[in-house]
Amino acid sequence: MENNAVLEMRGICKYFPGVRALENVDFTLREGEIHALMGENGAGKSTLIKVLTGVYSKDGGDIRLAGVPVHIRSPQDAQNMGISTVYQEITLCPNLTVAENMYIGRTKGPLTNWKKMNTDAAKLLDSLSIPAKATQQLGSCSIAVQQMVAIARAVDSDCKVLILDEPTSSLDEQEVKKLFSLMLSLKEKGVGIIFVTHFLEQVYEVCDRITVLRDGKLVGEYIIEDLPRVQLVSKMLGKEFDDMAEIKSEEDAAHIEYDGIPVYEAEKLTGTTGIAPFDFEIHKGEVNGFTGLLGSGRSECVRAIFGADRVAGGTVKVNGKKVKINKPLDAMKNGISYLPEDRKRDGIVGDLSVRDNIILALQVMKGFFRPFSRSQAEAFADEYIKLLSIKTASSDTPIKSLSGGNQQKVILARWLLANPVYLILDEPTRGIDIGTKVEIQKLVLKLAAEGKSVTFISSELDEMIRTCSRLVVMRDGKVVGELKGSDLNQNTIMATIAGGES
Amino acid sequence: MSVSENHFENLPKKSVSVIDTIKKIVQKQVFIPLAALLVLILFNLIADPSFFKISLDKSSSGDPVLSGYLITILDNASELAILAIGMTLVTSASGGQDISVGATVAIAGSVVLKVLCGSQSRPDQMQAPIIVAFLICLVVSMLFGAFNGMVVSFFKIQPMVATLILFTAGRSIAAWINNNELPVISDPKFGYYGNFIPGIPVPTPIFIAAICMIIIALVLKFTNLRLYSQAVGINPSSSRLNGINPQLVKFLTFVILGACVAVAGFIKVSRLSTINYSVVAKDIEMDVILAVALGGNQLSGGKFSMTSSILGAYVIQFLTTTLFKFKVSSSAIAAYKAVVVIVLVVLSAPIVREKMVQMKKKGTAAKVGKAKKEVA
Repeated sequence: MENNAVLEMRGICKYFPGVRALENVDFTLREGEIHALMGENGAGKSTLIKVLTGVYSKDGGDIRLAGVPVHIRSPQDAQNMGISTVYQEITLCPNLTVAENMYIGRTKGPLTNWKKMNTDAAKLLDSLSIPAKATQQLGSCSIAVQQMVAIARAVDSDCKVLILDEPTSSLDEQEVKKLFSLMLSLKEKGVGIIFVTHFLEQVYEVCDRITVLRDGKLVGEYIIEDLPRVQLVSKMLGKEFDDMAEIKSEEDAAHIEYDGIPVYEAEKLTGTTGIAPFDFEIHKGEVNGFTGLLGSGRSECVRAIFGADRVAGGTVKVNGKKVKINKPLDAMKNGISYLPEDRKRDGIVGDLSVRDNIILALQVMKGFFRPFSRSQAEAFADEYIKLLSIKTASSDTPIKSLSGGNQQKVILARWLLANPVYLILDEPTRGIDIGTKVEIQKLVLKLAAEGKSVTFISSELDEMIRTCSRLVVMRDGKVVGELKGSDLNQNTIMATIAGGES
Repeated sequence: MSVSENHFENLPKKSVSVIDTIKKIVQKQVFIPLAALLVLILFNLIADPSFFKISLDKSSSGDPVLSGYLITILDNASELAILAIGMTLVTSASGGQDISVGATVAIAGSVVLKVLCGSQSRPDQMQAPIIVAFLICLVVSMLFGAFNGMVVSFFKIQPMVATLILFTAGRSIAAWINNNELPVISDPKFGYYGNFIPGIPVPTPIFIAAICMIIIALVLKFTNLRLYSQAVGINPSSSRLNGINPQLVKFLTFVILGACVAVAGFIKVSRLSTINYSVVAKDIEMDVILAVALGGNQLSGGKFSMTSSILGAYVIQFLTTTLFKFKVSSSAIAAYKAVVVIVLVVLSAPIVREKMVQMKKKGTAAKVGKAKKEVA
């Protein structure tokens, strides 16, 4: 046992039907350190954290807090013992106010001093410079602010162990910086922080130590200086890492015929979600991207293309023919597929099986009165489970019991099965491990090589640069530039996003 | 399930299959109503085996009829089972329940009588063919269903609140259709549908219920109704992005329930050849919702099992008839029913069932030590 360990987990085991989620995992967190927990999707990071926070009961092993063996039965228990968590998905109540969310379940006695609660909340929000009012309804804040409120809630309770499960996946760079300075100041105070993230950069920026999991087993614990990036990646993947930068071949843009009729063409397209009318076209075999800061309107643009929100005006041509796209089904019938940004809210149908989730779009296109036979549906599901190597116990498993990355693959499978000519992927790689990210990027390029057109949106610029041959840059709901060829580099893109002459 | 097998790889083959089969059965949704039915059957078997006697008697007109408690149950549960079909779909797609079915059954019945009686209240002959009366009643009921559906799906009002309108007004509308008179049909032919067709010893409602079940089975098999309503009930937003129109699906389920109401109302008035607006199908909505809940379906919508709902309806009728048989006074029946229902619902709660599965496992697999731990 180490003297300064705040938390020790030894030999933790957790089983789900058909899956060994954790097997004999050790984890040690020392006082005043930021400890990264790394691993691919389904490696067991989230499960380990849920065991630690009492969401799941463990099937074996011991947990010690400051050397004392403890038994954590519920999240409330964990909180009382000083273990606070901010989960990957926001778990607050959108219909309550910010202050209520921060103090819910933590007031003593049946009475609440609303005034005090609101002033306390306001003070805390202020000290963390979170741009939200205490009395504002949480649902009216952006996802980033909601995430920060969740962190504020966790920080405010007297915590010894702070768990951040992918807190940065919906934050932009500025907000990440703010969060990091907050983490560092908490570290000074002796709080042990467990940091789960997929962003390697961020790990090397703030963390002291790394614990790597793979397939539910412990790979090892490393001091950050001893583990260069490439090695970390290869430890996570369990194989030598092939260079990501190589996935895009040099001359891949050559086969696109820019002179021909575009697969999809929009003129003065506008929706009701606050984007200015925009023109857009995409050619056969082209991969393009929409980029811009969070909230710049890039998602709204592609939603307008798909008819996901009400379309207010503009003309649309598919293969040179004028068509009307007012609702998703119109778009689907014209060969457009859309993988939405918010997987949990817009993508998965949680209680339905993986199979039903895969066939859903194609089934809807086929029609209400023409259901697929069971064997046909199973054949589709099995084909795509294999093709995208989706980790699931069976095609009958409800999709909600899959890990985030595998859920994403299922949604991807759904839209690939629909066999679109134009595929829109809005943040397909968010909250997904690096192995799957590369897989998805490779898949995008493969689809393009097969003659499909793809729009690819990502918050990570280098990912966009690697995959896209043309970038539409957005700022404040307007298209402010289009970059191609040699302009596709970090500096030019940044400059265009930031504004100035373009 | 091939999945659970690998946990037991070190067990002898036989015990694997036993544990697995038990687990499989207990985890099936249909297990709950089936178990409830078994308990009721066992109870009656012990208390009074004559409960299960079925005899072939002669009716007053000299035709052969089957009689016995089991026949009564099957007969009386027909309306409940038919309504449970529609309620299951409404529950699945809208995540709420229609509490107006009792009142709309009264409307449906009233429409049938109005068409058959014409302007008189006690005609010697029916003024229209029965099929016409039924079809008009079907259309009217589906329109009332459409009204409920519209309020729920297009105005986005919670189903229970939306259907409160017709729950309150329905029986008045039913009385108003017949100018508050109590029409009586004297033609015995009208009574065939709620009682017996001469020469056939099985009550007609049983056949009608069976036909409805066959229809819904076919509909579920040859359309995507199940996939659509489940998807809409679980995640309307993602359903929409997959090309489904969630409003339309919810609306449709209410219209289908309307059709079920028409059939149930038709049987109800045919049983008596008349109607009592304030009593007909009284509180049936609660029994129907109970049937859906008893079938292990989540009342908050999403996945459903039609078989379990229908079985649930028969369980409730079985219970009611059992209570009648033991001379529980009709005013006290509701209280007894409540006790039984609370027991059944608690037993069927996922949390309790999980515990039950675990306990069973501990019993059967005590010797397997380690493997047991893995599954738990």
